[in-house]
Amino acid sequence: MAAIDQSEVHKVADLARLALSPEEEKTFAGQLSSILDYFEQLSELDTTDVEPTTRAIELSNITRADERKTGVEPAAMLEIAPEPDGEFFRVPQILADAE
Amino acid sequence: MASTIRTIHEQLISKERSAVEITTETLARIEQLEPQLHSFLHVTAESALAQAEAVDAQIAAGEAIVPLAGVPIAIKDNLCTTGIPTTCGSRILENFVPPYESTVTQKLKDAGAVIIGKTNMDEFAMGSSTENSGYGRTCNPWDFDRVPGGSSGGSAAAVAADECAIALGSDTGGSIRQPASLCGVVGMKPTYGLVSRFGLVAYASSLDQIGPLARSVEDAAILLAAIAGYDPKDSTSIKVEIPNYAQNLQPNFRPKAKLRIGIIQETFGSGLDEAVNTAVRAAVEVLQELGAEIQVVSCPRFGYGLPAYYIIAPSEASANLARYDAVKYGVRVEEPENLLDMYKRTRAQGFGTEVKRRIMLGTYALSAGYYDAYYLKAQKVRTLIKQDFDAAFEKVDILISPTSPTTAFTAGEKTDDPLSMYLSDLMTIPVNLAGLPAISVPCGFDRQGLPIGMHLISKVLREDLLLQVAHAYEQATQWHRQQPQLL
Repeated sequence: MAAIDQSEVHKVADLARLALSPEEEKTFAGQLSSILDYFEQLSELDTTDVEPTTRAIELSNITRADERKTGVEPAAMLEIAPEPDGEFFRVPQILADAE
Repeated sequence: MASTIRTIHEQLISKERSAVEITTETLARIEQLEPQLHSFLHVTAESALAQAEAVDAQIAAGEAIVPLAGVPIAIKDNLCTTGIPTTCGSRILENFVPPYESTVTQKLKDAGAVIIGKTNMDEFAMGSSTENSGYGRTCNPWDFDRVPGGSSGGSAAAVAADECAIALGSDTGGSIRQPASLCGVVGMKPTYGLVSRFGLVAYASSLDQIGPLARSVEDAAILLAAIAGYDPKDSTSIKVEIPNYAQNLQPNFRPKAKLRIGIIQETFGSGLDEAVNTAVRAAVEVLQELGAEIQVVSCPRFGYGLPAYYIIAPSEASANLARYDAVKYGVRVEEPENLLDMYKRTRAQGFGTEVKRRIMLGTYALSAGYYDAYYLKAQKVRTLIKQDFDAAFEKVDILISPTSPTTAFTAGEKTDDPLSMYLSDLMTIPVNLAGLPAISVPCGFDRQGLPIGMHLISKVLREDLLLQVAHAYEQATQWHRQQPQLL
């Protein structure tokens, strides 16, 4: 089931928010296919009734008192932003102009 | 013989050398070696000297200092350090200067350790050779044409080349132990949750753990004790008393209760360098002479760790790395047409090939229709691997394998074949999947004079035992005293 073609690579790249070049898409199609083939060996193991492990060490929920604390100063965060604007992070236009 | 924490501490309190002298000498050595080695991405000379001066002032005032005070330490560049660039080896974080400090580096600063710089690494800790850095490769100090291993290759090379006394790395699938092995130093991955990950840039959160690299087991033990401990800022942090690991180390290894050591049968199969096989088997004999009882144990699902890991880690990475969206920090592409274009082009330009490959792999494995076949299956296999370890630890106290199936390989040899690169983590990955602690100690050299490492694994939170056994082995051998001829 493993083969992944260039159009599927393109689709996944879109989901991952990566603008890949057609050359990259082609290379990845080949490489990802062989990696997925390699994963096939996992099907040799019967995992019926096996519980998945989601974490290395089981820990119960950790909670803390709901108290206000100062974290990183907002000014320090804005200082390292690509395009700060007063108290805001500026981004390119999201919605199209109304016609 | 390069300095250990103990010798530096003794020199400082006897006033034979000052912290400023030690730091100055270290900086001079870095300046001489770096044009060729490239272990460091940033050298923090100014703040290092300021820290050294503060330690000297403490000594002059007659105050007691802890063993780490005045000791030059290198930090992997995925640990956030306030005011010092933290790039993770990625171009996407080229301009990132964190406004907060990781818990481990804060602890080191509080102890008076002298942070000498940030070390090179595979981008976002994804790799086994440090060739995936966005800032050029690091050389192996034993042979400049070869890789230092990875992803903590800069930290391992810096320790091996005596550009620092000790270093911090991070280990998601072997990223401390494999480079330690390839560079001939000690490297340890603690139990998941023993060391706070607050301020460690996330790769695969259920696997990542910070740990020490050092030229001796004692130094690794001192450094581990300094960084370990509960931290409310990390929700996976374990609340547990931290033993004085270094104090428990015995110069002679004569355990009262018989120590049972198991050789993992599956790790001595095909694909293993003959020199590695011979050296690790000889090391096991040394442990036997020291009084350990040796048996062969089987972890039948051990080999399935690698494919399981390369589903789980990229899946977690694809989610973790979604945060690099060019909005709040990091690099942003010039003149984006719209928001989506900004995301896609920034990420395509900012990430290197291996990072993109793993994001793609993870996105695919988590996408609708494939989740059960890949991600869920891998998590179930993770359970089976844990069961294998549990069964093995019913019979023995320590498990042994080679750290890496080969010694350091030539730069460029595996960069075009991702699968062959992944295979160099075969021995170390299952340990991360099970959350166990493990250590790599030098145990010999191959015919080309390249270092070989032995990999010791213990039960969860038995770092004390692991360090004792590793120390006893080290004291019975001379491998750790050998250093590359550099200047």
